[in-house]
Amino acid sequence: MALVASLAVLGLAAVAVVLGNLLFPGATQVDIMNTVLPPGSSGHLLGTDQLGRDVLAISVAGAASTLLGPAVVAVGSMAVGTFFGLLAGARGGRADFLISRLTDLLLALPVVLLAVVVSGLFGASYWWSVALLVVLLCPYDIRIVRSGAIEQVHKPYVEAARLLHLSSWRVMYRHLLVNLWPLERTNLLLNYANAIIAMSALSFLGVGVQQGTANWGRQLVDGEQILFQNPMASVAPAVLIVVVACAVNLLGDSINGDERRLGAR
Amino acid sequence: MTVDTELDLTAPPGASVGGAVARMVLRRVVGTAVMLVVISVLVFLLTYLSPGNIITNITGIHPASPAVAAQLRHQYGLDQPLVVQYGRWLANFVQGHWGESIRDQTPVSQLFSERVGMTLLLCGLAFALAVVVAVPLGVIAAVRVGGLVDRAITVTSVVGLSAPAFATGLLMIYFFAYLLPLFPPAGSGGGVGGQLYHLALPAVTLAIGVGAYIVRLTRTAMVREMASDYVVFARARGVAEKRVVRAALRNASVPVVTTSGLVLSYMVGATILVESTFSLPGLGSLLQGAVEFKDFAVVQFLTLFIASIIALVMLGVDLSYLVLSPDWRRSSLQ
Repeated sequence: MALVASLAVLGLAAVAVVLGNLLFPGATQVDIMNTVLPPGSSGHLLGTDQLGRDVLAISVAGAASTLLGPAVVAVGSMAVGTFFGLLAGARGGRADFLISRLTDLLLALPVVLLAVVVSGLFGASYWWSVALLVVLLCPYDIRIVRSGAIEQVHKPYVEAARLLHLSSWRVMYRHLLVNLWPLERTNLLLNYANAIIAMSALSFLGVGVQQGTANWGRQLVDGEQILFQNPMASVAPAVLIVVVACAVNLLGDSINGDERRLGAR
Repeated sequence: MTVDTELDLTAPPGASVGGAVARMVLRRVVGTAVMLVVISVLVFLLTYLSPGNIITNITGIHPASPAVAAQLRHQYGLDQPLVVQYGRWLANFVQGHWGESIRDQTPVSQLFSERVGMTLLLCGLAFALAVVVAVPLGVIAAVRVGGLVDRAITVTSVVGLSAPAFATGLLMIYFFAYLLPLFPPAGSGGGVGGQLYHLALPAVTLAIGVGAYIVRLTRTAMVREMASDYVVFARARGVAEKRVVRAALRNASVPVVTTSGLVLSYMVGATILVESTFSLPGLGSLLQGAVEFKDFAVVQFLTLFIASIIALVMLGVDLSYLVLSPDWRRSSLQ
């Protein structure tokens, strides 16, 4: 049940990401004649915001900027995590020490706090905040891949590959990687959900997206100011963020079974 | 807590359990100290790495004359070598001289003491609420693992984990301040009663995320305990189920307590969002405002302060686990 529901939600979200701008080409167009219309106004099912933009249209159009960046974050963090996690786990020694301490350092600090401070002070654009979140979320992947690699590295197939004098890079990033893939796959969806939450938190705090961009986090903070005139301007993006993040997490849960990683976030 | 770190540190590994404990304690303490120094260097360097410089932040868009700029640079000690500046800044920080906000020329310590109460109250309320609701839910789910109740609790906790604090906060305002106008939508009230009344929605919002997290932790730990041999054995002897669960819960509390550093870390991030959503004058909104204004003294102080608290809590949790865990106690008696 949960699986079907979350697949349906994610399917709709994917359609909105791909076709959002085609379906509502003028979603971000300012219309000062029709500002803050209540829900149910003619032609505006969910009303309009303070710039006269249709809430339904901008919510659909906002899917792309809300959901694409986090996808890049999840994949990027997995790639970085795999590279350094394997290096630390399979090589050990000084590389392991250095990588593990750096990971500890990043894990000791709250992601939202770091993201707000760094991107706020440096004035991060959208893709810069994507890069920043890759840095802030990859320690979790490094840790998982590292412990997976330590488990694998003493298995016979690794020793066999070493006996054949295959280069250690080839052993690490080809032989070990194949065996670590299930671990990473289960982690990818969890990463994605966390990235959606973190990224929309940043846009809620005014970091990472330009004013006027169609984006759920941005809509929420703008809509909160007109909550009593048109509550849908902020309720719609709030519900969308929760529903999509839930769908991703539930999908991850039903794939992973019960052994969800708890140390995340 | 006094831990004897003088205990035979030169002994080879495995020489004595007491020595091993002491070495481990020492390693954790030194590790935390090193980490805090690295964090303080990074926090200090924030000022230098971020675009724009302090002088233009103070003078605003009006270009300062070279003389004024030089004077300001001297006033803030910016004409000294970087290492000297860092040393002076850190020494001041440790001694409680946290500098002055360039935004309104108020001492940071004053801003801090004005706002810390609100944040502590919010976090305390939320944490208490979360523990009171979440631990029983986690236990109930674990006792009926795989059943309908368990599934319902698990799915609900996923919703709680997936909902960012600002989104739940906004929905709270919509439902309980707009549709049912029971609570104020924003701001802080006067007096104890007024403050609690204004903090009800923010505290519940914060508690949802923290509680969902604690439900999952408790459930996982309890499921593991309930499947262990001593539970099977106790049941076989006919020990009342209530007592079995109570014994399991005590053992399950160890992993739950040891992750409290992570819970704290999550709460710090979520507090920033909740305070922003409900326009509460706490440390989170202070930080957010300071970041927007590039008020470095405030940003540096708050970042280092929060990082230190989290690091010390994590250290304390690790050490208390080492010292209090029955396994360690037993083996060190032998």
